[in-house]
Amino acid sequence: MKSLRTIVILNMILLISAGQAGAGNIAIKGSTTVLPVAQKIAEEFMKENPDIKISISGGGSGEGIKAIIDSTTDIADSSRFLAQKEVDLAVSKGVYPVPFAVAYDCIVPVVHPGNPVKSLTLDQLKAIYKGEIKNWKEVGGGDQKIVVISRDTSSGTFEVWEEKVMKKERVYPGAMMQASSGAIVQAVSNNKNALSYIGIGYLTANVKALTVNNVKGSEETTLNGTYPISRALYMFTKGWPAGDVGKFINYAVHPTKGQKLVKAAGFVPLY
Amino acid sequence: MNLNRRWIEKGMQWGLFLTAFASISVLVMIAFFLFTEGLPIFKKVSLKAFLFGQYWYPTADPTDFGIFPLIVASLAVTLLSALIAVPLGVMTAIYLAEVASFRVREIVKPVVEMLAALPSVVIGFFGMVVMAPLLQNTFELATGLNLFNAALMLAFMAVPTICSISEDAIYSVPNNLREASLALGATHWETIIRVVLPASISGISTAVILGMSRSIGETMVVLMVAGGSAMVPAALFDPVRPMPASIAAEMAEAPFRGDHYHALFATGMVLFGFTLLFNIIADIIANKYRQVGEATL
Repeated sequence: MKSLRTIVILNMILLISAGQAGAGNIAIKGSTTVLPVAQKIAEEFMKENPDIKISISGGGSGEGIKAIIDSTTDIADSSRFLAQKEVDLAVSKGVYPVPFAVAYDCIVPVVHPGNPVKSLTLDQLKAIYKGEIKNWKEVGGGDQKIVVISRDTSSGTFEVWEEKVMKKERVYPGAMMQASSGAIVQAVSNNKNALSYIGIGYLTANVKALTVNNVKGSEETTLNGTYPISRALYMFTKGWPAGDVGKFINYAVHPTKGQKLVKAAGFVPLY
Repeated sequence: MNLNRRWIEKGMQWGLFLTAFASISVLVMIAFFLFTEGLPIFKKVSLKAFLFGQYWYPTADPTDFGIFPLIVASLAVTLLSALIAVPLGVMTAIYLAEVASFRVREIVKPVVEMLAALPSVVIGFFGMVVMAPLLQNTFELATGLNLFNAALMLAFMAVPTICSISEDAIYSVPNNLREASLALGATHWETIIRVVLPASISGISTAVILGMSRSIGETMVVLMVAGGSAMVPAALFDPVRPMPASIAAEMAEAPFRGDHYHALFATGMVLFGFTLLFNIIADIIANKYRQVGEATL
């Protein structure tokens, strides 16, 4: 956090000095889920366009959208579409945020490779995370207690889970918590009774992905909309993007440029 | 010449004063920052609901900011680790100060202190990758990431502190006390138990409490191996989430100056309160039972 802030401040200083040289600056702000994608794309983009400086900060989707409405940023990262309130506020200020889907987030439930269970329904997942189903035998597995592992409540991954699986109901307090997708993989691969969830980019051979409602989470099922635990990630621009911002958005959605980096960051690319 | 000397003297005094003042002012500023960022949460929840609330749902709708399970987790982990670390640390100290030969002492003491040099993330990783599967398979547990594992790892970290300070305390017991005891016909063992330990009890107590205060504030280890369930533990092998783990996991992405952010700082205040309490207790013990000369025994 602190180092991030330092980077942002350093970027600001760079921006100011670069601004004097007459080059373009782009400010990006918003969702921490989109942050790694934006960061990767920005790094490569700046290599190709050394005269354009990009500064990126997090803060959450709401902060980013607020910043675009207040015209304090050029691009807002968001892991959700605009809320009606935000649309009204934007219109009243004469700002028209334009959405660009830049990637898809696909979250898959994972278990230990030795677990016989292959598939769970959304309702079963919800009941398990609410603490109503406690034993694997209730969902077709062995007679073992289910060790429920969740992500910390601040993470974007948890946000998707809360929205698509829990439908805003609470994960029961007995669920364990890990602070990163890497830690989840570590914990699940070491525990044959564990159930957890990670972004599709973090899948390894040490954990087994479950199908949800009999749909396998993959790039294909995410893009055709059949896989239920997925969502689009957006970049919003203020009006139709032009100049440097337009160049950046074009780069981000370019199949062999930005979208390649999206995949490298653990997300599902658009094509 | 004379004037010059006086100036240097004055300059030295002020220089040292400012140095001392700098570290104090940093502490005061951190505490001030902690409280200004933490107190706003009490506009939303009462102090009682915050401290004794059973549910911690900072991002749900509606939110719940009860840190009781986190406080219990912190205390449980700390006490259990003290139960493991105190006998280990104190007995090692007795061995080093009273029994071991000079050469053994010169080798073993730095090695024990080296334990303190292990980064906590390494200990946490060890707990996660080695200890957790071991515990899980040995005791047929649901999970190896739990209260006991965390306490064990924290004990590793507290042993060097406890051992090193206790050893210094035991070592500094005046030799003529030992000689008098032996001269009265006491054995080596009786001398250690009846004379040396009582004489150094204040130093040992300080060591124990400083070790515990290190345990309660330790973050990385509990984040990695405690399991993270925000629930009051019912058993030794239940997963728990101590306060520092919650702060570390959630702070990075809590919206700046939102309720969640303030609640995490308020949790930090509670944690600060506990470590302060431990340090004050250590200080009181050190002063109250301070050994003034040899006659006080």
